[in-house]
Amino acid sequence: MWQELREELHSKGFEVVTVALDVGGVEATKEFVDRANAQHPSLLDQAHVVDELFGVVNVPNGVWIDEDQMIVRPAEPAFPGRNPVMESFEKLDVSTLPPDIADMMTEVKKIKTDPEAYKAALLDWVERGADSPYALTPEEVVARSHARTDDQARAAAHFELGQHLHRNGDHAAAIPHWREAHRLQPDNWTYKRQAWNFEDPIRQGHTDAYDGSWIEDVKKIGAENYYPSVTF
Amino acid sequence: MLLDSLQVPVEDFEARTGWSVQPQGLCQGDVCLPLPETARTADGTLDVQQVAERAGMPLVHDETHDLWALGPAAGAERRVLTTAHAPELELPDLRTGELFRLSSLKGQKVLLLAWASW
Repeated sequence: MWQELREELHSKGFEVVTVALDVGGVEATKEFVDRANAQHPSLLDQAHVVDELFGVVNVPNGVWIDEDQMIVRPAEPAFPGRNPVMESFEKLDVSTLPPDIADMMTEVKKIKTDPEAYKAALLDWVERGADSPYALTPEEVVARSHARTDDQARAAAHFELGQHLHRNGDHAAAIPHWREAHRLQPDNWTYKRQAWNFEDPIRQGHTDAYDGSWIEDVKKIGAENYYPSVTF
Repeated sequence: MLLDSLQVPVEDFEARTGWSVQPQGLCQGDVCLPLPETARTADGTLDVQQVAERAGMPLVHDETHDLWALGPAAGAERRVLTTAHAPELELPDLRTGELFRLSSLKGQKVLLLAWASW
C-alpha cells in the first residue's frame, strides 16, 4: 500500500522511508520488504530508536518531514488511504472463533483508524507544502510530540539494554529490562508488543514473563483509544 | 545509547543521541548546556556520567553483563521534540545492508513510517 502511494507521489518530490521496529532483525523483516518490492529506503531499527528520537509509541506511525528537514507533523497513527487488515476483520464472524481469539478480535474491531482522512491530508501537503493546513508550525510540532518524563527516558534505556542482551543470546536477561520498560512507560505499545511477541507470537497473551498482555492492556485503556485520534 | 564504557567517542555520542558537542557545551537545536572542563578529554571522548547529569539523561546499568544504557534527556515539562528540526537518523537499509541517513533526503518531502512484523 505504501509502495503504491510512493509511486503516485514520487515525481512530486516525495519519498517514503519505512522503519521496521524489530528486535528480530533482518530475519523478521526482510521478506516483507522484498515482497513489496520496495523502491524506497526501508530501514531496520532493532533498538526502537525512533521511539526515543521521534516519540513513536505504536505502529503504524508516520512523521512528516519537509524539504528543509523540518518536522511538520510529529509521530501519529498513519494509514495509506485504506486499511485492508481492518477491512478484512469487519466481515469476520467472531462466534466461529475459539473463545480467546474471539475475545481479541472483538477488541480489534473496536480500534478506530481513519485511513481516508490521513491520505487526503498527506496528498494536500505533498501538493501545497507549507500552505497546507495539515503542515503544523514548529511550535505545534514540539507541543504535539510525546511527553518525555524521567520515567519514559529510563524506559528507553531499559528497552535498549534488553534488546541488546536478547540479540546477544541472553533472552532471559532481557526480560527484567523489558518489564521495567513496560512499567515505566505503559503507553508504549512497541516496547510491550515486541516483548510479548517473543513469549506468545499468536496472541501476545499472558505469560509468566510479563504482568500484561495485548488483550488485558487493550481492555484497560479501551480499544477505541489504542490509536489516539489524529487531529487535523 | 548502549555503552560498555563510561568514556564514549564524541562522534558516536553525537550520531546516536542527536546532541552535538560544541565549544560552548552540549547543543541541540537552540539549546546549549555548558559542560564542565573535565567532561571531555583531549583524545575526543566524553565522560558519560557528567554529560548524563548535566543533560538530565538517565544512565541504567546491567550489573551482570556490566553494560550501560544512556536514555534521552528528560524532564517533567519536556517533550520528545525540543525543536522541529528533524534529528539525524542513521539505520541500515534492509535492501542493501548499507547505512542510510535521513539527512540524505534533504530537498524532498519525507514520510517516515514506523511499522513492525510483530
